[in-house]
Amino acid sequence: MTALVTVLWKDLLIEWRARSRAFSLATFALTVLLLFSFAVGPDTATMRAHAGAYLWLSLLLSSTLLLAQSFHVEVESNAIETVMLAPTAPAAVFYGKALANTAQLVALGLVALPATVALYDASFREGVGLMLPVLALGAAGLAAPGTLYAALTGRMGARQLLLPLLLFPLVVPCLLASVKATTLVMLGDPMTQLPSWLRLLASFDLLYWAVCGVLFGRVIEQ
Amino acid sequence: MSEPAPTPAISARQLCRRFGRRWAYARIDLDLMPGERLLVVGANGSGKTTLLRTLATVLRPSQGELRLFGLDPRAHPSRVRPRLALLGHRLGLYEDLSARDNLSVVARLASKPPPDAAALLARVGLDDRPDPVRAYSAGMRKRLQVAALVVQEPDLILLDEPFSALDPAGVDDLAALLVGLPGALVVASHQIARAAEICDRALLLDQGQQVWAGPARQAVSAWRQLHPRAAAEPLPAEGGA
Amino acid sequence: MKSIRWEHFVLAFGLVLLGVAHAWGLFYAPPEAMMGDVGRILYVHVPTAWVGLVAYTAAFVAAIGALWTGRTGWDAGIEAFAEVGVVYNALLLFQGSVWARPTWGIWWTWDPRLTTSAVMLLLFVAVLVLRRTVESPEQRLTVSAVATIIAWVDVPVVYFAVKWWRTLHQDFSSPETVSNTMVSPLRLAAFGMLFLGIGIAALRWRSAYVRLADQSDAPELPDAPAQLHLHPDREA
Repeated sequence: MTALVTVLWKDLLIEWRARSRAFSLATFALTVLLLFSFAVGPDTATMRAHAGAYLWLSLLLSSTLLLAQSFHVEVESNAIETVMLAPTAPAAVFYGKALANTAQLVALGLVALPATVALYDASFREGVGLMLPVLALGAAGLAAPGTLYAALTGRMGARQLLLPLLLFPLVVPCLLASVKATTLVMLGDPMTQLPSWLRLLASFDLLYWAVCGVLFGRVIEQ
Repeated sequence: MSEPAPTPAISARQLCRRFGRRWAYARIDLDLMPGERLLVVGANGSGKTTLLRTLATVLRPSQGELRLFGLDPRAHPSRVRPRLALLGHRLGLYEDLSARDNLSVVARLASKPPPDAAALLARVGLDDRPDPVRAYSAGMRKRLQVAALVVQEPDLILLDEPFSALDPAGVDDLAALLVGLPGALVVASHQIARAAEICDRALLLDQGQQVWAGPARQAVSAWRQLHPRAAAEPLPAEGGA
Repeated sequence: MKSIRWEHFVLAFGLVLLGVAHAWGLFYAPPEAMMGDVGRILYVHVPTAWVGLVAYTAAFVAAIGALWTGRTGWDAGIEAFAEVGVVYNALLLFQGSVWARPTWGIWWTWDPRLTTSAVMLLLFVAVLVLRRTVESPEQRLTVSAVATIIAWVDVPVVYFAVKWWRTLHQDFSSPETVSNTMVSPLRLAAFGMLFLGIGIAALRWRSAYVRLADQSDAPELPDAPAQLHLHPDREA
């Protein structure tokens, strides 16, 4: 357990020390939101209706950069080997990193929210506070398989191509559910569908956090 | 009344490791008692690094039997790995963190008490700077690697080319430090004469197989006999801190 | 000279069964009550779906075996069964699309059954891409096995999608939902497709095994070298 906390602390410390990277990532996410607003056109009604989709697409695209970077720090100078030899249980490394990635994605989402409001004339009928669980569950759904696949592709030459190829189909259900939930929070939920979408997200998260945790050990060992 | 025989730190029988169709090393037999120091000598590509990484449990042997502290590292990784430490070709630490932060991380993961970073860094000839390690020179990185090793308080130390990137003063400092460390030691080095001074025994590898074993003081002669045209000492490292 | 093996017989048998089943379904079975003749796609589409899922499940089992034992046989299984599954999956989406146009008026729609089936195809295509990209045999085995296991999680989701959500797609095809006159050709077609799939997969497995074994099975150990004996006068 303490190994997990150490890995989590270490990852967040690294991202804090190298925070210029975080600024670049936030800029990327905001740029994507901006590009979507140009591409979709000036009709405010359409943009408001689909604001949730653009938010999550922006987060999804940013996540590939974030996840790749999170594993890059491990292989850059082979720190991962020192970690594994300490010894550290692979599951502790996985869950520590996945939690760190989830936290960063949630932070990115929070940064993107004001931009979404500004660019898409979005409002939060059900209260902006509800966005926190939606962001948390959605980010967790991206982070778990993403951490596993970043480790899988991290040492390969074609990693920039392979990570999205592997990750995107897998997170389609998570993306769908997150977008639906976000749209309900933004546009209103008269039939109280939000809890069932959150439940779906939560079960997806639970499943993948379990399966990916188990498989991570095989991916990391040589 | 006789004492029970001490458990060897390393006990290897007919170790072989291949990558695809190429054997990196084959038929390695090795015994190392606690406190003993072994020098592994061989040309580039002779299998030294792969062998050391196998002894460090980073790689598994393709064939053969390996026991560390009397245990099978595959069956008892959590009992074997805390007792060993590897100094490899690459830094093995986080470029974005400072020296002190890196030592903290290593100590915590190895379940060791928090290190006195300033003292430890001074011991290896480094200042306790807040800069990220990314800015360090090759010589400074090597010294930090040694500090990270000491933090783990290992019973078995494996060093892969520890003297590379160090200037002559650095080589002397490191040799003196290594002599003072308890535990068994395996060193792979091209600086044969210098490394032989701190070791008891030596092993010569040629194309992955052992061709000679004997006292460390004969290592230079053995090397010269196998490679008559090669120098026994590379030139001192240029640059450094 | 290529020898004739059991796989060829199985394949031929499957083709014969399919031929009979499809002839029956196309010409002799009654048209579907609501769809008319277009409904005859049932005899092709449903068996394709079933056998595709079976192939993916076989790949999943092979992936577990590969991670557990590391043996080439399982490694070849991942490759062969995932490939067969992908072919069936792609055919499935194509057939469905061809049927959907006259029936629903559209080539495609985003409903749970269709979406998860498309995702499943992409996931297993990714497995095949990984197998082509990774060069080291050990790494390729681990990487593709992990990706296969994760991809397979979608298989039960695809199967049960029609039960868990309200979808445009039909419910399970079983004796409860399919009328008597159509169940028999359907069953026959299913077995035909199954044998066809087994034959193809086995042939594919054999060629994959030969290729992989050649790459990764242990070569002979080199001869033990002559030991060096130090000349006594050369001691430093």
